[in-house]
Amino acid sequence: MNIKNAAIAAGAVMGMPVFAAGAAELNLICSADVVICEKLVTEFEAGHPDINVNMVRLSSGEAYAKIRAEGRNPQTDLWWGGTGDPHLQAAHDELTAVYESPMLGELQDWAVEQADVSGHRTVGVYSGALGWGYNTQIFEQKGLEAPACWADLLNEGLKGEIQIADPNSSGTAYTTLATLVQLMGEDEAFEYLKGLNANVAQYTKSGSAPVKAAARGETGLGIVFMHDAVSQSVEGFPIAVVAPCEGTGYEVGSMSLIEGAQNPDEAKVFYDWVLTADAQNLMPEAGSFQIPSNKSAKVSDKVPDISQIKLIDYDFAEYGSADRRKELLARWDAEIGGRAAE
Amino acid sequence: MNADNRRLDWILGGAILALLILPWYRIRAGFFSFDWLGDFLSEPDLWPGLVQALMGRWQLWPIILLAAAALYLRIRVPSSAGRGRAMVWIGALGLIWLAAEGLSVGTRGWNWGLLEASFGEVDGQPAFGAGAVILSLFFTCMISFGAAERGALKGDAFVLTSIALLILLVGTFVFYPILSIFTGAFQDFDGSFTTEGVRRNIADPKIWSLGCLTGGACGVAWRTFFLAICTATATTLLGLAFALVATRTRFPFKKSLRLLTVLPIITPPFVVGLALIMLLGRQGTLTQAIYAVTGIELGRWIYGLTGIWLAQVLSFTPISFLVLIGVVEGVSPSMEEASQTLRAGRWRTFRKVSLPLMAPGLANAFLIGFIESMADFGNPLVLGGSGGVLSTEIFFSVVGAQNDPSRAAVLAAVLLFFTLSAFIAQRVWLSGRSFATVGGKGDGGTHAQLPARVAWPVIGVVSAWSLFTIIVYAMILFGGFVKLWGLDHSLTLEHYVRAFGITFDGGIRWTGVAWNSFWTTMTIALIAAPLTAAVGLLTGWLISRQKFPGKAVFEFVLMMSFAIPGTVIGISYIMAFNLPPIQMTGTALILIVCFVFRNMPVGVRGSVAAMAQLDGSLDEASLTLGAGSGRTLRRVILPLLRPAIMAALVYSFVRAITSISAVIFLVSAKYNMATAYIVGLVENGQYGVAIAYSSVLILVMITVIGGFQLLVGERRLRRRPVPPAAKEATV
Repeated sequence: MNIKNAAIAAGAVMGMPVFAAGAAELNLICSADVVICEKLVTEFEAGHPDINVNMVRLSSGEAYAKIRAEGRNPQTDLWWGGTGDPHLQAAHDELTAVYESPMLGELQDWAVEQADVSGHRTVGVYSGALGWGYNTQIFEQKGLEAPACWADLLNEGLKGEIQIADPNSSGTAYTTLATLVQLMGEDEAFEYLKGLNANVAQYTKSGSAPVKAAARGETGLGIVFMHDAVSQSVEGFPIAVVAPCEGTGYEVGSMSLIEGAQNPDEAKVFYDWVLTADAQNLMPEAGSFQIPSNKSAKVSDKVPDISQIKLIDYDFAEYGSADRRKELLARWDAEIGGRAAE
Repeated sequence: MNADNRRLDWILGGAILALLILPWYRIRAGFFSFDWLGDFLSEPDLWPGLVQALMGRWQLWPIILLAAAALYLRIRVPSSAGRGRAMVWIGALGLIWLAAEGLSVGTRGWNWGLLEASFGEVDGQPAFGAGAVILSLFFTCMISFGAAERGALKGDAFVLTSIALLILLVGTFVFYPILSIFTGAFQDFDGSFTTEGVRRNIADPKIWSLGCLTGGACGVAWRTFFLAICTATATTLLGLAFALVATRTRFPFKKSLRLLTVLPIITPPFVVGLALIMLLGRQGTLTQAIYAVTGIELGRWIYGLTGIWLAQVLSFTPISFLVLIGVVEGVSPSMEEASQTLRAGRWRTFRKVSLPLMAPGLANAFLIGFIESMADFGNPLVLGGSGGVLSTEIFFSVVGAQNDPSRAAVLAAVLLFFTLSAFIAQRVWLSGRSFATVGGKGDGGTHAQLPARVAWPVIGVVSAWSLFTIIVYAMILFGGFVKLWGLDHSLTLEHYVRAFGITFDGGIRWTGVAWNSFWTTMTIALIAAPLTAAVGLLTGWLISRQKFPGKAVFEFVLMMSFAIPGTVIGISYIMAFNLPPIQMTGTALILIVCFVFRNMPVGVRGSVAAMAQLDGSLDEASLTLGAGSGRTLRRVILPLLRPAIMAALVYSFVRAITSISAVIFLVSAKYNMATAYIVGLVENGQYGVAIAYSSVLILVMITVIGGFQLLVGERRLRRRPVPPAAKEATV
């Protein structure tokens, strides 16, 4: 028995990577939809046979927690996708490396601005606006009118039909909170949220869960990023996508190189490749309907036309900062949180 | 040459070889790839400990001196209590020094500024490798062999070494990571000490409010506690019902019943929750059917504690069944026969004899149900509604927009408090009673059938629950074959093709997206399961059969790894094992170690419960006849523990495949696990592929469990089957 234990312990520290790989490696965390993650990896490996990509999909919060925990000895080289806030947070904590890609010139302004805000520790790869998706069948059954504006969501007929995520756990919901504050002013925004609370059936943990619940008829309407709602309607669910008439906020999905990565050169190859128009054209094929950051990338016709959406001038620096976030979340907890009708 | 010297020679030889030949430090490409042999001479980091010490790593000198001292003792001093004491000292000093130098000298030199100021600069060192590991085992053995020479525990070196090694392993892989989370609670973001976060969180009304008694909302701690009590009660009762039906009734479908009870535990997380939503959600099949028939709108009741409770009872009843079946089988029929001979009726016998004898099993089943419910993560995540439970709150305070590690630590402490209290309560309740029923003495007969007034309700409950389980699983199976679950129910195989496609152009190509994580998962689970069972049973045997100082503390620390939710374990493993002295992140090994030490407590509880029924006279008989304690364990105890071994093997194998919360932080790009992959699919609404993948996993697990069953075999208790006529006569 002690021999067996010895074997466990001996194995324990000698390390296990028994399958030594000959080719160069790249360890990638992908925080977007798993289909697009796999598509990117397959296409990249086809074009770069000398680089072997190990990809794992983690939500952006999980990815940030992992990268932070591994900070002093990173096991990851590159982090692609996921909402911009945790990328900015990682940049602020200097967990990610400074890199100015030669591709920056080809990118949309908002993508470059993301890089500038972070001191070139991150860059925008796609973007999506906030809105909601509602279940047309339920609205028809109940004889409800399609809500076109934030104000319409306060309609009494929607009681118990709205889902939105909890901003304590979801970046999407935090973006909503920050958007409303910027759109209406802080006090008015909380007044509005109190009114909305009467209609909210459930504050979910995950950001895109509300529209998935709406798709299956578990709720009437979910406040989410519009591309998440579009994916559901493309899948065939009776979901209609709405951009609020008063204006709305947006996210910048980002990409960061990890500071102290073991394969920085391979990571840079991927970094530059994924910013090309060709790579970004893969996204709609894989069912991701965000707006690509490369100016010459094709925009899918299913993507909500950005020129028709009234976007606010979202202040990423202020609302991404840890202090402002803590303050808003504390106020949300005190005035809104935990008061949802069970 | 006596036994004392012989075993000392072995470990001394090992230590000297390790110092002279094996690389002292960790090799990045892995020791077993043997790539390092080529560069052995040219690369300084690969050199063995003795050479490292001579080349100026003075931190290794004490280790070599201690090894030399051990050699001197072996050659010059005869075996005696005095030598034993010296050996214990050498071992203890060696381990302490290894830990101290490993923790204080990191990759870039001193880890603490204070040390640099007092001792000057030092070269950095990599993490421990083969040489260092063998030396730490050597020092551990020195302690136990020394203690044996001093005559501790009757000089039983096997028992002492087992204890010492287990303490070393548990300390390293359970205690050290847990410690590192709690230090995290007192750290500011930049690493400086602060109590601000803890003070803010510890009195938070969101955790402790008792508002629900007066009509408001209760804090998350009380919600979780209440849920855990309900789940544990329900799973214990249902588990007992299943165990009774399987062993003591003429219920015709016993075999399929066993399979049915195993199904829920081999189901990957989220799947049961999803199926419940499809069945009982607002638009669920059953809800719609009820609406069509009665006109009652059930609405959204499934989201919240009720739904979580239902899903947990579905998922955890089988575990309690696995714990209880061994116990119910083990109750000696002769006791029941004695009771019946003394003219007690079947009902009275059952109530006064059989049930009380099952008490340790019931208490263990309750404890496991309670802890499982507390630590459950998948079901609350899917069905939680607005309010979470402790485990999800911990997860989101780490990964959520809030990002508050001190809150996570406080919540983890609350969770630990509850689970450990349950553990203590169980201990107090069971202490001082004997439940031994399997003695070596003549033990005949078969179990009495259940009295009718118990049998009918029990069979009724079991049938109803089985039907419910079957419906849930039919939904799941169905979900993998339809285009879009809940919307477009045309049949298709596309999900299976996407997940497990194979093409044949110039050899087999595994084109399915699932293959990669599938093979990794299988390999890791198959390595982890036997290790978990072995460590768990050994520990269970030590706890129930040996007396050693600090046993209670040892048991506590063991239960901790089980009681802490996986999320916390995952984060703590990254924090503890990412830097020298022990570096395992990004390898398959960290997953294996995590599974072994996280799932071991179930093996421990199972074997403790089973061993409580084995009379100590069996061991004594074997020991009296001259067998050592190792041989007794192997030849007498183990064969009688087959149900417990089976349970431990199955449980650890299944858990390695289906657990999610710990794994999600430990998977790396290279070693991805099936559940982490499935959760990604679920998060993105790809239910079809997720369910197809889960169904395949379920099938594979059934096959492997069948294989384990064949390997382990059934426990044979020599009880003569009594012809039915004779039994009727005794009633």
